[in-house]
Amino acid sequence: MDKVQMLQVLAASLFALGLTGVIIRRNVLVMLMCMELMLNGVNLSLVTFAHTMGSAVGAVLVFLIFVVATAEIAIAIPVVLLLVRRKRTLDIESYTDLKG
Amino acid sequence: MISDFLAHLDTLLLWAFAGCAFVSAALMLVLRQPMRVAMALVSCMVFLGGVYGLLGVHFIAAFQVLIYVGAVMVFMVYAIMLLDPRDEAASGGKYSKFFWPGLIGFALLAEALAVGYWNDLPHAPRGAAGEPFDITRFSAAFLSEYWLHFELTSVLLLAAVVAALAVIKENRRHDRG
Repeated sequence: MDKVQMLQVLAASLFALGLTGVIIRRNVLVMLMCMELMLNGVNLSLVTFAHTMGSAVGAVLVFLIFVVATAEIAIAIPVVLLLVRRKRTLDIESYTDLKG
Repeated sequence: MISDFLAHLDTLLLWAFAGCAFVSAALMLVLRQPMRVAMALVSCMVFLGGVYGLLGVHFIAAFQVLIYVGAVMVFMVYAIMLLDPRDEAASGGKYSKFFWPGLIGFALLAEALAVGYWNDLPHAPRGAAGEPFDITRFSAAFLSEYWLHFELTSVLLLAAVVAALAVIKENRRHDRG
């Protein structure tokens, strides 16, 4: 297994761990952090391919993902604060009335 | 012997950083306190920054530490400190009712990765350039060839600011009502 393969396996593992965390954890903040982990896995994959191909497009997409992650957190944290103020808990299973 | 060791030092460091990043990510699933989960994520991001540095893309390593660790995670840590993270202890367990489906899905993906490892994954195609690109090349490409992505980042950040302001306004209205 060479360097690129190892990094791709690591990227897939980080994405899988993040996805598992989003599914199995109950705390809303921990779920948000697991989403960040998924984005980190995608970033690692893009950087590895950009490094291998010597192309700038991977770096551009990584920059775009940085902005998306920042925007996501900037909106998600106030929404979580608002929800916690109403429900007094961080437990995701208390928000089942959001199903509609 | 020492010269051999020094010649392979970057490969050793790359494997060490990758292993530490994986362990930190796995710890995020088992740690109970949100602050410890945040610290595990911060260490995972710092190790990934080290991986990027060893790959020769230093500006992405700097972005990783500055934007992710310096901005996103500090914001997250403030939110954890603002809220009371201990209330999940009263609600019974840290895992949701989707624990087993999530774990089975993860096991299936891990098996796919292991099969790929044992069958030797196909090698990634090598580009003609090969050498790592620097910030000058990245900036020139970003502002000329990929101008749409640049504009998209501006629009995204503007939308995030407007949405955050709207949420704060809603919060104040809720306080008054």
